[in-house]
Amino acid sequence: MGQAGAAIEAVTRRARELLPADAVVTDRARLRTYECDGLAHYRVTPALVVLPRDAAQLAGVVRACAEQGVPYVARGAGTGLSGGALPHAEGVLVVTSQMRAITDVRRDDQRAVVEPGVINLDVTRAATPHGYYYAPDPSSQQICSIGGNVAENSGGAHCLKYGFTTNHVVGADFVTSAGETVALGGTAPDAPGYDLLGTVVGSEGTLGIVTSVTVRLVRLPEEVRTILVGFESTDQAGAATSAIIAAGIVPAAIEMMDALAIEAAEAAVQCNYPHGAGAVLVIELDGASVEVEQEYAEVERLCTENGAFEQRLATDPAERALIWKGRKSAFAAVGRISPDYIVQDGVIPRTALPQVLRAIADLSGTSGVRVANVFHAGDGNLHPLVLFDDAVEGAGDAAEKVSGAILDLCIEHGGSITGEHGVGMDKAKYMPRMYTDEDLDTMQLVRCAFDPQSISNPGKVFPTPRLCGEVPGRRKGAHPAQQAGLAEVF
Amino acid sequence: MATGTLDTTAREALASACQDVQDAGETDGVDGVRPGLVARPADTAQVAEVLKAAAAHGLTVVPRGRGTKLSWGLPPASADVLLDVSALDEVLDHAAGDLIVVTQAGARLADLQEVVARGGQRLAIDETVPGASVGGTLATNTSGPRRVATGTARDLLIGITVVRADGVIAKAGGRVVKNVAGYDLGKLLVGSAGTLAVITDATFRLHPLAAAHRWVSMPVPGVAEAHAAVQAVVHGQAVPSAVEVDWAEGRGAVSVLLEGREEGVAGRTATVRGLLGDASTESDDAPAGGAAYPWDLAATGDRRATALKLTFALSGLADVLAAATDSGAVLRGSAGVGVAYAALATGTPLEDVRTAVDRLRRVCTGHGGSLVVVDAPSAVKDGVDVWGPVPALDLMRRVKDQFDPDHRLSPARYVGGI
Ligand SMILES: Cc1cc2nc3c(=O)[nH]c(=O)nc-3n(C[C@H](O)[C@H](O)[C@H](O)COP(=O)(O)OP(=O)(O)OC[C@H]3O[C@@H](n4cnc5c(N)ncnc54)[C@H](O)[C@@H]3O)c2cc1C
Ligand SMILES: Cc1cc2nc3c(=O)[nH]c(=O)nc-3n(C[C@H](O)[C@H](O)[C@H](O)COP(=O)(O)OP(=O)(O)OC[C@H]3O[C@@H](n4cnc5c(N)ncnc54)[C@H](O)[C@@H]3O)c2cc1C
Repeated sequence: MGQAGAAIEAVTRRARELLPADAVVTDRARLRTYECDGLAHYRVTPALVVLPRDAAQLAGVVRACAEQGVPYVARGAGTGLSGGALPHAEGVLVVTSQMRAITDVRRDDQRAVVEPGVINLDVTRAATPHGYYYAPDPSSQQICSIGGNVAENSGGAHCLKYGFTTNHVVGADFVTSAGETVALGGTAPDAPGYDLLGTVVGSEGTLGIVTSVTVRLVRLPEEVRTILVGFESTDQAGAATSAIIAAGIVPAAIEMMDALAIEAAEAAVQCNYPHGAGAVLVIELDGASVEVEQEYAEVERLCTENGAFEQRLATDPAERALIWKGRKSAFAAVGRISPDYIVQDGVIPRTALPQVLRAIADLSGTSGVRVANVFHAGDGNLHPLVLFDDAVEGAGDAAEKVSGAILDLCIEHGGSITGEHGVGMDKAKYMPRMYTDEDLDTMQLVRCAFDPQSISNPGKVFPTPRLCGEVPGRRKGAHPAQQAGLAEVF
Repeated sequence: MATGTLDTTAREALASACQDVQDAGETDGVDGVRPGLVARPADTAQVAEVLKAAAAHGLTVVPRGRGTKLSWGLPPASADVLLDVSALDEVLDHAAGDLIVVTQAGARLADLQEVVARGGQRLAIDETVPGASVGGTLATNTSGPRRVATGTARDLLIGITVVRADGVIAKAGGRVVKNVAGYDLGKLLVGSAGTLAVITDATFRLHPLAAAHRWVSMPVPGVAEAHAAVQAVVHGQAVPSAVEVDWAEGRGAVSVLLEGREEGVAGRTATVRGLLGDASTESDDAPAGGAAYPWDLAATGDRRATALKLTFALSGLADVLAAATDSGAVLRGSAGVGVAYAALATGTPLEDVRTAVDRLRRVCTGHGGSLVVVDAPSAVKDGVDVWGPVPALDLMRRVKDQFDPDHRLSPARYVGGI
């Protein structure tokens, strides 16, 4: 047994002392069920899987990892789309699916306290009887966990108005890479000292694991109006979006789908979107009734002025759900029109939308790779779905190329390589296109403060992490640790 | 701690790093600490040169925005160089269609607001201290009444450029509202009080200027009435932009701001008046005091009041108000989110300040929050626990050690002596 094997053995022994027998998985077949997350083409079988029942068990396992220098990866529901929860072959996968208690719902304080494995939508379900809900609503909200949301700083259709996970998490219990538990933030806002919580949110499990999360609850709006608008082209839909924003209206959501995405959704869920539309917008207005009514009239006018040929107002929850069904099922739906596809996630300034969509169409035209576009139009977050058939030789590579070129377009226009799905394993190589070495080195300072041994989800987010303690900015030739055979080529 | 001295070679190095370097004058003191030199760089590159020179000579550095409230926090252990960023005062780019603005850190918040207002927009941060700079506002995470609707600087900052203690320029985030690529260094810098890095540029998301607004106010004769009024409004359907409480000697007022479209504001104003009852009144003007702190900002040295920032879960409001009454504190703040400012009058004996701070802190921490002494006469800062208990202090120290291993940036100003 090698050094790594002995270390894993030691962690396994410790885990068996701390956790119930069925919560420590070493059986090869069971281990394999955890080999990937929502990005299924990366697969690694972990050496050990643990399913702690509570924070103390979880911290105990992490402490053992720290003592043995064993890497560990947190996993919530495994719905991540960037390979963030991809296991480490010589490491431990810490799964939070047994930590699903909603500890507290405090209407008077507008707060809920939940364990990390709690499913996003369950927080809203628990709050609704009190007239409240949890605002961040990723399309995966019926299956993804709050811990995963915190790690990815997940957004959703409604983050245009309400913000992302980071705007709705006020406190957390956090297990450091040394296995210590510390409180970050609190129930009240503005905790004194550095905003470590704000730093942990969106860090993709690379700084440590959250074991309890205190979230803000938002008052259910008095009125919600969802409008489905058909346009002949994405240009018109884009112009309508800009006009709405320019009018000073901040809708709860503005989502766009192009003809190919509509075709897919129609095939999958028969959402009955306007016939012959080159693009649809799903616009949702919410708030006090008087305000919503006024805004609705204005939105309707602006859509008409920009060429809308059909506008449908959902007047009851069933109609509203049907409109959203088309949009929220879009990723899965393209499976109906293409055997394989890549879900891309890039961001551009909203005003660049027409140019970027045209450039994507050109890319698609010249390469022959079909691209369906679904996106959060209000904030410029694009989800191009790049379609291909893996059975055709070279098709996968061609799709990869188009997908990468779309990210380059985003960067060119001053945008980002990811708006909500995270960098994970998948996009680490693109980070240097967005940031300089100095920028990345500065982010590494944070990493070194939190995880000097680099055992918490190593190899994610950053293309070439430097070793902590090393003087930044003087990396030339082979890394010293690499030369000494201490580390692999990153 | 740094050990360098401001000798001739160090002075020469600084002079060649920066267009404008002068001996510190009377007015350059930082809470009683007289800096050696004041460096006023022209741009980010010069900020980097100054910090490199300071690093090479082991000098301590304290950043200054507009110096409107440089005395807040603890006095620095040393300030060889006061790094004045006020020459970086340009609002670089207002992209109205994208609802964002890019600005240099030394620009005044008020000047930025004027620029974006021309496009019908605003940065949703209230100016709590007149004349404050963008960088100082970020470094201290100031907030005012409107945070109920739009949050604070941390929620609005989408990109940042900083210069580290070693002179390296780094950025994080970008020009788009939605972006999860890499660590959110902006969050780490917000509220870091000049102890981690010097902020030179910032990019914010903007909001449309409201077409109409209305304040509804109601006098509250006691703790129970204040608490009930605030709870009624926050759990109601009026979508307020601000829910303020103003409190002294056991009574005060609750005020609610409604912003939006004309008819919408009219309708929601009626909703709030319905909730608060006949004693409520409405007005276009902010209540007396507005966004200002409940103490005299012009007072310096021993004439300063003891200024406190309190945070608490919403259900703790009644207890906090009762404790403020018992402590003889006047209090004003955002009751709708559980953040308030309180003052103990100038000249309050140290023993009484201690008792009051302990009592108020116990109540705030009991309700999931904290109490920080933001400013006070030196004797008070020396005699009380200014920051109070700070969880995760070890991690914060490790962050500081990574960013500023020699502890040369604003040493000892911050939590746990950071
Ligand atoms: C159909 C579909 C639609 C989607 N739609 C959206 C969308 O609209 N918006 C959006 O933002 N995302 C979306 N996603 C992506 C995904 O659902 C989110 O990223 C989600 O937050 C992941 O949660 P999870 O519990 O599945 O996390 P996992 O996939 O298990 O893990 C994700 C990351 O979080 C880390 N992690 C997990 N738990 C913890 C913890 N307790 N502490 C620290 N780190 C932890 C992991 O190490 C990993 O890096 C979608 C995914 C699918 C499959
Ligand atoms: C420790 C402290 C806490 C405060 N807390 C609050 C609060 O909770 N709520 C509130 O409303 N007001 C608070 N204030 C008041 C706040 O300082 C002023 O309202 C104003 O925003 C400061 O702007 P200024 O440009 O005058 O900065 P200055 O008064 O010049 O500096 C204020 C602080 O910011 C640092 N700083 C300034 N510019 C930069 C920069 N570019 N990069 C890095 N650091 C910089 C300084 O070193 C100093 O610590 C606080 C002030 C301090 C010092």
